[in-house]
Amino acid sequence: MPFQAFDSHIRKEGDTAIIDLQGEINGLAEAGLNQAYTQAEASANTIVLNFSQVDYINSTGIALIVGLLARARKERKTLAVYGLSPHYREIFEITRLVDFMQIYQDEASAMAG
Amino acid sequence: MSVFFQRIRLLLGGKESSTLKGEAERQPLPAVVQETQAQVEDLDIPADDPLLAYLVSSASAVEIDKLNLDSPTLQRLREAGVQVSVPLVSQGELIGLLNLGDRMSEQEYSLDDRRLLDNLAAQAAPAMRVAQMALLQQIQARERERMEGELRVARFIQQNLLPRQLPQMAGWQIAAHWQPAREVSGDFYDFIELPDGRLAFLVADVTDKGVPASLVMATTRSLLRSTAERFTSPGIVLERTNNLLYPDIPAKMFVTCLYGVLDRLTGEMTIANAGHNLPYQHTRDGFVERHATGMPLGLMEGMTYPEVSFRLEPGDTLLLTSDGLIEAHNPAGAMFGFERVKALVAAHADEDLIQTILQDFNSFTGADHQQEDDLTLMTLTFNPLPAESELPGETILEFALPSQPGLERQAARRVLESLGDLHLDEARSKRLETAVAEATMNAMEHGNGFNPELMTHISVIREAARVVIRIADQGDHAPIPETQNPDLEAKLSGEQSARGWGLFLIRNMVDEMNTYADGGKNTIELILNLES
Repeated sequence: MPFQAFDSHIRKEGDTAIIDLQGEINGLAEAGLNQAYTQAEASANTIVLNFSQVDYINSTGIALIVGLLARARKERKTLAVYGLSPHYREIFEITRLVDFMQIYQDEASAMAG
Repeated sequence: MSVFFQRIRLLLGGKESSTLKGEAERQPLPAVVQETQAQVEDLDIPADDPLLAYLVSSASAVEIDKLNLDSPTLQRLREAGVQVSVPLVSQGELIGLLNLGDRMSEQEYSLDDRRLLDNLAAQAAPAMRVAQMALLQQIQARERERMEGELRVARFIQQNLLPRQLPQMAGWQIAAHWQPAREVSGDFYDFIELPDGRLAFLVADVTDKGVPASLVMATTRSLLRSTAERFTSPGIVLERTNNLLYPDIPAKMFVTCLYGVLDRLTGEMTIANAGHNLPYQHTRDGFVERHATGMPLGLMEGMTYPEVSFRLEPGDTLLLTSDGLIEAHNPAGAMFGFERVKALVAAHADEDLIQTILQDFNSFTGADHQQEDDLTLMTLTFNPLPAESELPGETILEFALPSQPGLERQAARRVLESLGDLHLDEARSKRLETAVAEATMNAMEHGNGFNPELMTHISVIREAARVVIRIADQGDHAPIPETQNPDLEAKLSGEQSARGWGLFLIRNMVDEMNTYADGGKNTIELILNLES
């Protein structure tokens, strides 16, 4: 498996910003992820993370998501995710992230809110 | 009878008469002549009294006054006024004496009188003999009944000195057979739970059979038991028992004993031998005779008993025997012998070995066999359950990688590939992948500080029912922290660092996680249980 560097794109849909994540969510993604979030929250109250192109999240990656969630809660923004594989959905359950953010199956259900 | 003798008195006018018991039979006989004046009943003639030989050889009426013998009995007869003694002899044995005093007519006994008495004696003697024997048998039967009753009790007591039940231990089948030649036996066997968790076992054989042997058996058993409570070494137990038994055991009696201890988990055994038959071990390849030598117990003071250690492998059986097996004879006079036992042990494994031996023993000795000697058999079979966790596993993958971030995913992939034949489902594969990657990351980062010079070692061990993956760093300075459940709320509110998910994740991704710190390295062990 070749190393897949983190990358992201932001799409705006009304008051919602969708961040399309790519590659691995680990320590190396820290700067890029935080930068994308900062950019997204500047123009939207709801930020949706799209994990459908993410094939790896490690414990540091979880910590980064926790960090984004903490920021969102502090700034009264809504953070939601979709496109998690069953394995990472399980990890979101184990870590109880599911209790603090909306998890959607796909983009359509995420946009329907 | 008494009527018969009274008639004699009437005919001859004898004033007194009596019978005496023969020397050979020590049982008192009833007085068959009752109407006498000065009785000389219960007259015992000592075996060395010359009168006895004289009476047996004369076999006819004897005139007491005319005898010239240095005999105390003769003196007694004279003092009682006996004139004529008629010996009652049957089959060359004096069984009684018909004593006659003075004739009522005060005349001498005539030749005719004596001839008549002789004729009477010749007819009376066999009848007396029959009566005597009938009485004797009655007495003996009563005596036998009493002794049989006592022996039954003795046997009951002795059986209670044998183990009431065989030890029940996981991984072991233990069997024993005890068959005394008489009511009670000199053979015995025992099991003793030792304080260190091992089990002592023994088979012993007291010289001789029956009651004397059983008494020595009881003593020896107590000595062995009390010694075993204080010493776990078989050699010392035999040495101490020998020294305690020696002063108390009757001369010419001794006890042979094979004494061993076994480790119920490993099958390891240590034995010592006091002159007993050697034990035979059934193995995968046949059989092994386990040699240990030493003098029988109670024969000489200060003996030592060298120990021999060996191991029963799974499926092995150890057989202990007593002489009664090897020394039994068949109707043709041939001995059962060691070779026959060896062949049986080599051919038969399990706990049924005793039944197999007994069947062969019975067909060898034949239907009319009178058991010559006590017979004791004991088998110890080691059949440990396949305790997977204790089975040595096979290392199917072992590699090391430099401590560089990013390589943890490669490591996880290699581990998964090595387990390809398990066909783990998607979810389990992914969990294991995450666990291995996280543990590798932990070793690289916390243990080795991402120093590319320090290697992270990974090994995969396949056991029968599980997979063990060990991931070790080279850092002794940073022990793996205790796994804590991260508190998400505290992390979200900033009270806790957002990080610290690694060990928590690992533990939730595998069936078992262990951490070890030893010899300058930390190891995280991941365990994946396989469904049967």
